[in-house]
Amino acid sequence: MTHAAVPQHHTSMGLDSRKMAFWAFIGSECLLFSSLISTYLVYKGRSIVGPYPPEILNIPFTSLSTFDLLMSSLTMVLALAAVQRGDMKAGKAWLFATAFLGLLFLGGQVYEFTSFVREGLTLQTNLFGCTFYVLTGTHGAHVTVGVLWLFTLWVRALQGKLGPANALTVEIAGLYWHFVDVVWIVIFTVVYLIQ
Amino acid sequence: MAEAGRAKEHEHPDSGTYLRVAAVLVILTVLEVGVFYVPAFHLVLVPTLLLLSACKFALVVLFYMHLKMDSRFFAFVFGAPLLLAAGVLVALLFLFFGALTLRGAPGAG
Repeated sequence: MTHAAVPQHHTSMGLDSRKMAFWAFIGSECLLFSSLISTYLVYKGRSIVGPYPPEILNIPFTSLSTFDLLMSSLTMVLALAAVQRGDMKAGKAWLFATAFLGLLFLGGQVYEFTSFVREGLTLQTNLFGCTFYVLTGTHGAHVTVGVLWLFTLWVRALQGKLGPANALTVEIAGLYWHFVDVVWIVIFTVVYLIQ
Repeated sequence: MAEAGRAKEHEHPDSGTYLRVAAVLVILTVLEVGVFYVPAFHLVLVPTLLLLSACKFALVVLFYMHLKMDSRFFAFVFGAPLLLAAGVLVALLFLFFGALTLRGAPGAG
């Protein structure tokens, strides 16, 4: 199956403009998440009523979620490598694995949020609840978008519409996914480990 | 011009490199959790955790996002907002916790 040649839009610097735009977007996302993390840090330790972080945060469970997301970054980059060399069987498998690991992470987040609500921590309970749910909820929303994106790419691969000629689409999805992982690295440390 | 543009695109690392990076990331995560649970590290917990997470951040950005092998301009497009974000974070912390100290909260001179 031949793939339609995708015209490359290079900037005057010889770099693909889509990739350039996406790096700029990721830069803007850095500012978004830094504002949310800053807010969390500023209000850290200032809740008047509980539950408080040490009482409620489950480090072993969240460590598993962190491991899950790290492995999804590995599978994502292996998917890109497979698509670039034209090995679409491996590419489809790795893309599906990445999306599946993302779904697992989201499942873990849903379980965590529901268990926290059962223990009395809601968005309105205290400053910790508000900042925690906004920060991790925004991250979770980003993961959700990423999972949908990856499943879309997987379906396109199944339809034979993905290949080395348009591997950039997988690369850009990879940039988004790795960024989501990197944000979680920061959140895991700042929210869960530094109590 | 198109060839020059494509020439600026990088050679991606092989799968072995990706697997090695993944192994290091797992080790760093285990170290982070280990440091959290070992009481001996509690005096230096925050700097140690920040250092470990910074290493993980760098590994993912440099190798998985290919920033190490790619055009330096991408590093600028990402790095400048990242520095700005870090600056805003530090400024906010000083703004709020610095103000607390001036008002005579514990820790004031």
